[in-house]
Amino acid sequence: MTRAPDRGGRRTALLFLAPAAALMLVFLAYPAAYSVVRSLFDARGTEFVGLDNYATAFTDDRTLVALRNSVIWVLVAPTLVTTIGLVLAVLTERIRWAAAFRLVLFMPLAISLVASGIIFRLVYDEDPDSGLANAVAVSVRDAFTAPSPYAGARPRDGGGLVTTADGALVTAAPVGAHDVLALPITGFDPAALPRQASAATVAEPGPGLRGLVWLDVGSAADRTGLVDAGERGMPGVGVEVLAGGRVVATATTGDDGRFTVPDLARGTYTVRLPEENFAAPFRGLTWLGPALVTPVVISAWLWIMSGFAMTLIAAGLAAVPRDALEAARVDGATEWQVFRRVTVPLLSPVLLVVVVTLVINVLKVFDLVFVIAPGSVQEEANVLALQMWQVSFGPGGGDQGLGSALAVLLFLLVLPAMAFNIRRFRREQ
Amino acid sequence: MGAAMAPSPDPPGAVARRPVAARVVARLGGPVVRTALVVVAVFWLLPVLGLLVASLRPEEAGARSGWWTVFTAPAQLTLANYAALLSDRVMLGSLWNTVLITVPSTVLVVVLGALAAYALAWIEFPGRDWVLLGVVALLVVPIQVALIPVAQLLGGIGLYGSIPGVVLFHVAFGLPFAVFLLRNSFAAIPRDLLEAARMDGGRELRIFWRLVLPISLPAVASLAIFQFLWVWNDLLVGLVFADESSAPITVALRSELRQFGSNVDVLASGAFLSMVVPLVVFFAFQRHFVQGVLAGSTR
Repeated sequence: MTRAPDRGGRRTALLFLAPAAALMLVFLAYPAAYSVVRSLFDARGTEFVGLDNYATAFTDDRTLVALRNSVIWVLVAPTLVTTIGLVLAVLTERIRWAAAFRLVLFMPLAISLVASGIIFRLVYDEDPDSGLANAVAVSVRDAFTAPSPYAGARPRDGGGLVTTADGALVTAAPVGAHDVLALPITGFDPAALPRQASAATVAEPGPGLRGLVWLDVGSAADRTGLVDAGERGMPGVGVEVLAGGRVVATATTGDDGRFTVPDLARGTYTVRLPEENFAAPFRGLTWLGPALVTPVVISAWLWIMSGFAMTLIAAGLAAVPRDALEAARVDGATEWQVFRRVTVPLLSPVLLVVVVTLVINVLKVFDLVFVIAPGSVQEEANVLALQMWQVSFGPGGGDQGLGSALAVLLFLLVLPAMAFNIRRFRREQ
Repeated sequence: MGAAMAPSPDPPGAVARRPVAARVVARLGGPVVRTALVVVAVFWLLPVLGLLVASLRPEEAGARSGWWTVFTAPAQLTLANYAALLSDRVMLGSLWNTVLITVPSTVLVVVLGALAAYALAWIEFPGRDWVLLGVVALLVVPIQVALIPVAQLLGGIGLYGSIPGVVLFHVAFGLPFAVFLLRNSFAAIPRDLLEAARMDGGRELRIFWRLVLPISLPAVASLAIFQFLWVWNDLLVGLVFADESSAPITVALRSELRQFGSNVDVLASGAFLSMVVPLVVFFAFQRHFVQGVLAGSTR
């Protein structure tokens, strides 16, 4: 039995509804309408300019970059996160500690995007001595390619060696098959020489090309190009002998810095110490540079949102009827076919919800770009939501006409989601 | 729209009941899957651990070596950064501002949202369905749309830059979701129960307070926790509507970012301080929080 709507009921309804309704009208409905009007006026809001602000939005370089990045975000990020969420939801289904795992992945949603941003500024710091990403990159690379032993070392002036464009050291004058060379090096800390490095002495003349590569610094009486007491050889330097631009022999220096290349035919040669010996060490990638900054920010967003996608999909997965799966299995389908043909189609409504939700979220990405991208590359990493703040409130901004136009554009982009919501809501009522 | 479309979400606290992909997993090999999942979990935890450790290392160490060196040299850990933070009036003041903004925003959204939701669920009046539809439409309105108009509006009444202005904005933007979520929850209450209370001569406010709210406490809790964390973690609204003296901690942290590299000690400890409350709330109320996020994710 329903009480007929009476005056008292209406008055109560009005009283209950009024505060919330008033706030929503004043702070949401009116601003949405006002923004449309405001976007038709100039920066100061005094002159009607028609659609000029929208024209600016699609011609201004900075805004175009923001638009381009927003498109990249919308196309890439939700797909990635949904895929990760789907894979993890499936993989965790039978794991006993799935609850703990999901809790870990959900945690980033509890903390602010500013804090997450700071976390990832640290992870992607360019210095491998403070950024985890580059520390890992450097150690992985060093595990596969030995780091150059004498990074930064260069020939001592007047010692007979010159540096080539690619960083190798070569003898300036032609070398005979039975010469004795003394190749002085500098620009390297004597304390950093390998422990087995022993005192340098020039080789005795004999058969074959003989030579000494030594660090011509670090002794009390240092004479350029001459071996002094206390100076040590450089062990492990690769040596190549070239004839007419082709490598005809190779050698490596011993602990005393000496090398010997026997059995050379008569003629003239060039001795080269390849650049691998002296190349500056790999210091990782410039994550926060213009080229990589957007992928980096997307990776942080992925860290934040994957737990959300996984949890929603896992709930959907738990609701997939077992009968359908069993029927498919009885029909002889492989597990992959069951997953591809039965599970995923049954999940598709959930996957759609996840993707739509993520797209709306992506369009509003602001804090993450703002915090992770350093000021100098923020323009490269710009997105629509950030650009809207920049032009209206940011330093050097203040163009609220253009700002309103960008806000309206953003609003237009979420309108399909609004229509989607309303349709869905009406169907459910 | 979250709440309407999301299948009743499984919180991370609940293990999935049915092993749908059991054999997929079996084929991939249990140990392989488990190892992969452990690696993923480590990937998720390491960045946070990095921030925590960075916040516990002295300023000089931060510039010289990576935080992971603590595993070999744990002696470098110190609480000095936190001691400095506690005497930093800007940081502490902004943390207090965050509290002053978050608590009223949460309380007001819950109270005003619940009242409106009750009217929309249980009191009949003309145009009710249209109001409801309007609320659903407002769910996805981007904050950006309101920044410029509301800045002028608040400027007009002298609240621009103040904490009450920030609170008003948060309340208004929290309301559509609050009304939507609570109305769905209230509407699920059996009609008989309400009619009986009305027969007994209960006034609407009394029924609302004594019957409807207690029954819907889980939804109210989810909303409160979601709204609390949403406001606590906000940067954009604080950035636009708060002046220096009323800025929340997110805004204070972000202005510290300009000297990134030279002040990792301040940034890391400040960021961690700002995370303490959300993390406590998260671990204490994970179930409600997950439900709130899943329902309110489309905002």
